[in-house]
Amino acid sequence: MRELPAAAVVAVTNKRPQALLLIILSLYLVDIAAAVLPEDRADALFHSYDGGGVEITGPSVLVRKSFSDSVSGSLHHYVDNVSSASIDVVTTASPYSESRTENSIALDYLHNKTLMSMGMTKSVEPDFDASTISINFSQDMFGDLTTVNMGFAMGDNIVGRNGDSSFDEQATTRNYRLSVSQVISKNLIMAVAFETISDEGFLNNPYRSVRYLDPTTPQQYSFQAEVYPRTRSSNALSLRARYFLERRAAIFASYRIYGDSWGISANTLELGYTLPLRSNWILESRIRYYDQSGADFYSDLFPFQDAQNFLARDKELSSFSDLTLGVGVSYEFDNRTWSTFKRGSLSFYYDYILFDYEDFRDLTQPGSVGNEPLYSFNAGIIRAFASLWF
Amino acid sequence: MKTVMLKIVRNYVLLFGCLVAWSGIAASATISGPAPNFSLKSLSGENIKLSELTGNVVLINFWASWCGPCRQEMPFLNAIHNKYEALGFTVLGVNVEEQVANAKSFIADRPVDFPILIDSNNTVSRLYEVIAMPTTVVIDRDGQLRFLHRGYQAGDEVEYRKMVKKLVRE
Amino acid sequence: MAMIFRPGYFLIAVIILLASCSATPWVQPYERANLADPIMSFDRDPIATSYMGHVYDSREGARGAGVASGGGCGCN
Repeated sequence: MRELPAAAVVAVTNKRPQALLLIILSLYLVDIAAAVLPEDRADALFHSYDGGGVEITGPSVLVRKSFSDSVSGSLHHYVDNVSSASIDVVTTASPYSESRTENSIALDYLHNKTLMSMGMTKSVEPDFDASTISINFSQDMFGDLTTVNMGFAMGDNIVGRNGDSSFDEQATTRNYRLSVSQVISKNLIMAVAFETISDEGFLNNPYRSVRYLDPTTPQQYSFQAEVYPRTRSSNALSLRARYFLERRAAIFASYRIYGDSWGISANTLELGYTLPLRSNWILESRIRYYDQSGADFYSDLFPFQDAQNFLARDKELSSFSDLTLGVGVSYEFDNRTWSTFKRGSLSFYYDYILFDYEDFRDLTQPGSVGNEPLYSFNAGIIRAFASLWF
Repeated sequence: MKTVMLKIVRNYVLLFGCLVAWSGIAASATISGPAPNFSLKSLSGENIKLSELTGNVVLINFWASWCGPCRQEMPFLNAIHNKYEALGFTVLGVNVEEQVANAKSFIADRPVDFPILIDSNNTVSRLYEVIAMPTTVVIDRDGQLRFLHRGYQAGDEVEYRKMVKKLVRE
Repeated sequence: MAMIFRPGYFLIAVIILLASCSATPWVQPYERANLADPIMSFDRDPIATSYMGHVYDSREGARGAGVASGGGCGCN
């Protein structure tokens, strides 16, 4: 996908806040009977990721409570305990362990058919701090068959580097989201979403390096620090659908197209079904395919040092595809067993992802320079959680 | 760039205009006219005809087991029914679901003292132009429509009670 | 592909949507039993979907347009 003309991006980005404000103001002047707040619930989840030499586990706890007919609040606490001996780490550094904690607070306010949500998130790890604030408006329209969502988020990242206390860089992010969901029939609902994100500042990883051909070394290549542009703007458009089958089951599908100013374009396709079994069990299964073409300034092996203004060898920016197969099962119990709560459930989800890189090579494997085998790895993900509605 | 800006502003003003135009549906309204007659079967098996209830004040509540606000207001409707029944009043809960089993199991768990009528073909829902869930209609002793309330939020039962109290005294 | 993201085309799509302003709802509120079913929710367990979203965002280059809300019982 060719790069968006800079002028168009700037024109649209500058006008969006004003347009957004106009919509926000107009929504408050409409007086219609109300919609409903999200349900009160508490969830406690255990997550585990294991793949490519990386193991990340931790808890995630989410509590949502309404305080009146129009106000609801939620708190989220999340931890990543990382133990990493990934391909990047073993190639250019040494395995490490660290922990990342993320806390969020959100408030929802319902006024007639408008739901306004505001949230704040803070993520902390030894060498990276991120703060985000977001605001979202959800409006039910046209006989409640249509829901329009508009959201804006702003993030601030502070990047550090372990062992280098003088290293202190910043990056900021702006997200604009617009989505429309539409009830098509008694059994079909569809939604289209558009999100544009622009980042500015220090966008690369302070530990990562790129490699270039170097006949003066025994292995024929050397490393140098990666150099990224200081801006990135991306656009993503997605379409999703959910269809209710008689005998109570749901099938779903979604497609997303993505492109950004770094030259990355990607497609995501997902299909799945949700199948209730007996009276208390729900089975879910899905398949997801993702492929991306790499960034313009990405290369696994540059021809010489400082070959380009921008240099990247981050496999996340390479050309690759991944395939996910996921299954999940939930058991629901109602308040006959435990009357303090309306209902509860226990769920277990397992996802298996196969990553296949087209231009990122595995330097831990033997091969002549530039001909090492292409990298691939698989990851297993567990999500085990309990939910209570009250 | 100016044309792009004007276009954006014009389109969003259009959105604003549509939203204002759509603001026609109020939550509460006084209505008039004869209440359309109907005959529906209740969960207990008997046929209930609206015209046979003339002389009584009738509150018709259209509900479904999947509707959160409908579930919330049930106990309040039950309380109003019990309080004013002796003065010539009844609540009629009209369930709008295709599957009768849903209404049956809901009422089995949370029994009420007023008749639950089954409108699985939605003929009465269409007759009363139900455009929101729940919908509450109050009919006076002469069989005339008097009060319409769409949706339910905490505190709306006070309005129901007020309306019923007023009509019961007529 | 870049055409979709041009402001003009996107806004034309919004206008078409708005032109249906006066359309009468073709799914009556009492016909929403299936849509109100929890299994028809786009996001039944937000705590689980947000984690998976994080897994993909940190390993893939693409980001955005992952969330949607709507449907449900359409009550009130």
